[in-house]
Amino acid sequence: MNAVFAGALWFAQLCLLLAIACAAFRLLRGPAAQDRVLALDTLNVNCMLMLLMLGMRSSSTAYFDMALLMGLFGFVSSIALAKFLLRGEVIEP
Amino acid sequence: MTTQLPLWVTIPGSLLLVIGGLLTLIGSLGLIRLRGFSARMHGPSLGNTLGGGCVLIASMLTSSALLDRIVLHEIIIAACILINSPITAMLLMRAASYRAIARKQNDRAAASD
Repeated sequence: MNAVFAGALWFAQLCLLLAIACAAFRLLRGPAAQDRVLALDTLNVNCMLMLLMLGMRSSSTAYFDMALLMGLFGFVSSIALAKFLLRGEVIEP
Repeated sequence: MTTQLPLWVTIPGSLLLVIGGLLTLIGSLGLIRLRGFSARMHGPSLGNTLGGGCVLIASMLTSSALLDRIVLHEIIIAACILINSPITAMLLMRAASYRAIARKQNDRAAASD
């Protein structure tokens, strides 16, 4: 029974690896800055899901904290980058 | 890998993991396949949110079975993703249209000089 779960985990990690590769491709050669910001946001979410899957594989709770931090910082950084593209300034007086 | 997972975790957990991985892959593949920024916007914001939700539910099931109690920490990450994705999409779309308008004005000013 656990072989099924291990196989599903393996398949999902392979899918996420390909997804990270797609996002990295768009991050490296996006034509405009907003493409790169979108790709960075996608890359962040994908890496967070990859960390969660590593935590499921190793049955340790330390990975969850890392994933939570990545989620929080990804939220802040994406909004800051988008705000910078929009107004040329992150925090306005 | 853990030794014993009950049946009520194995089957839904495996299904959710496979579906979540495929949805995330489809969403990120849209970044490469689609043409133009406004079309490219849709892939990650739809696919990644749904795939992330599936993987988070699978993680919740697994850790609940491993620790023998109900674990709901992953709801925090799910809330983060759910708030993050539409706000980022909206701000980026506004930034893209603003930048397009600004570039058009710059081109017109350069042409009239």
